[in-house]
Amino acid sequence: MQAKLAADAIPLPKKRNSWIRTIKKYKVMYALLLPALIYFAVFKYIPMAGIIIAFKNYNLALGLWDSPWVGFKNFTDFMNGVYFWDIMRNTIIISLYKLLFGFSAPILLALLLNEVYTQWFKKIVQTITYLPHFLSWVIVYGMMVALLAPGDGLFNMILKEFGVEPISFLTEPAWGRLLIILSEIWKDIGWGAILYLAALAGIDPSLYEAARIDGASKWRQLWHVTLPGIRGVMILMLILKLSHILDAGFDQIFMFANSFNQEKIDIIDTWVYREGLERLKIGLATAVGLFKAVIGFVLVLAANKLAKKFDGQIW
Amino acid sequence: MINMTIGEKVWQAVVYIMLILLSLVCLLPFLYVVAVSMTPESEVLRRGIVIIPETFTFLAYKEVFISHGIGQAYKITLFRTIVGTFFNVLFTVLAAYPLSKKYLPGRSPFLLFIVFTMMFGGGLIPTYLLTRSLGLLNSPWVLIIPNLISAFNLVIIKGFFEQLPAEIEESARVDGASELQSLWRIILPLSLPVLSTISLFYAVGHWNSYFDAIVYINDANLMPLQVILRNILLNVSTQNADSLANTGAVSMFAVQMAAVVVTTVPILIVYPFMQKHFTKGVLLGSVKG
Repeated sequence: MQAKLAADAIPLPKKRNSWIRTIKKYKVMYALLLPALIYFAVFKYIPMAGIIIAFKNYNLALGLWDSPWVGFKNFTDFMNGVYFWDIMRNTIIISLYKLLFGFSAPILLALLLNEVYTQWFKKIVQTITYLPHFLSWVIVYGMMVALLAPGDGLFNMILKEFGVEPISFLTEPAWGRLLIILSEIWKDIGWGAILYLAALAGIDPSLYEAARIDGASKWRQLWHVTLPGIRGVMILMLILKLSHILDAGFDQIFMFANSFNQEKIDIIDTWVYREGLERLKIGLATAVGLFKAVIGFVLVLAANKLAKKFDGQIW
Repeated sequence: MINMTIGEKVWQAVVYIMLILLSLVCLLPFLYVVAVSMTPESEVLRRGIVIIPETFTFLAYKEVFISHGIGQAYKITLFRTIVGTFFNVLFTVLAAYPLSKKYLPGRSPFLLFIVFTMMFGGGLIPTYLLTRSLGLLNSPWVLIIPNLISAFNLVIIKGFFEQLPAEIEESARVDGASELQSLWRIILPLSLPVLSTISLFYAVGHWNSYFDAIVYINDANLMPLQVILRNILLNVSTQNADSLANTGAVSMFAVQMAAVVVTTVPILIVYPFMQKHFTKGVLLGSVKG
């Protein structure tokens, strides 16, 4: 009885002691972790808190706290703005094209490489096709200038030889999206193929032998052995890419966009940069950023859920 | 593959031709850029398309270094890449180590705290306002500190640490090694493949990024290489008005291409060394299983 009372009297300090003892016991581990926690708190979570700017009429002179609240006005302004459908359409169209072609091109390359039995040849092709992945978008744009510039670009020089009027590929709105997609494929086709090559290497060779004995043609083997063998990776990559449907590729498009072709390739992210940091419509741009972040978050969660159904979760 | 039918031989030929064409498409822009950068203006005027120049000139390179301040930009980019990558790897490893210990109380919430930032963020504007109020604008450190740790790379390293056999470390601990000693002496040497891969990812990221400098820096002397290249490509106000390009000795086009070459060459130099690691890197960074 006495012992029970004593135990009731001091539960709090005891619990606290164990808490402190845990920290003491693992103090080195927690100390190692601390810089990272501070980093993420400051550089990731403070900006998340800064999202309240989206609900304010932000004024640089007044600052965060004294700027007046406006509720959802920034959001309704955005949805009602003339640019809303343009940037949403551009973002989704460019993303979908990238999804379609940026997704299938590496698979095709991997399938082709898989048919090659000469190891040195395979290696050289891989080395060359991986390389563009390591170049910045600025450099890739520089190469586009080399090929496509109106006066001295290679294609226009060739067109000139045939007496065709030069085309300003880099400023013509009609070419904007095509250039974005093609340069994306050029940059990442080899890099994207690595995963599929690994999956292809994992296919049991005896499946092919069995198929051949059954008289399956190349195409039937591809259809019944190869594609099922990489289906898991394909579905996963597709789902992953779907979750980034609102990320049409900021670094790239920021580089390729100019006042001429902007109408066709301006995306949410480039719009946020321009309106927010160049025209200082800070509240509005933050609201648009938040709009995108929320949709992105939902898509990532949905994608992970979907992926679990197929081949294990993403993280 | 010894007894190929005619159909299979044709198929093989098609495969090889397609792969050779693709390789050429990946390679030719480089060669063309190099050729243009070294071709004198007079030859372009005379011959039109130049694939292999008859005469070479390095005037465009001289122009890039003298009139456009590429040398200074190289220093900034090297600083950013070397110092930045060092801090990236250091802090990522320090955090990944405790997080790889399943026994550490609070591990899951800390992990969630970090992984959540991969899925949701405040966006460009709040991040800019934070950076501004921290006084980082127009400092070379703004290229390093806000990108200190990538949650993605952290998760990769943590995963690698987790699958190392726990017994090795335990025996070291029994022998009296502290946590830091076992990290330094046991874990890191075993993790060299993943560490070099991650360093590579961070370094390439630093070398290639240009947007943060555009947003956070307006001092011309602090601009990294990619921003200078961008300005040259977009023909934005060059620093020196009476440059060679204006005198007609060398075309602006050649200068632009020389700038592309100068920015690309360092990547080409380290590429053979990187190659050893990066296939493994992609697979590490990819989905589980």
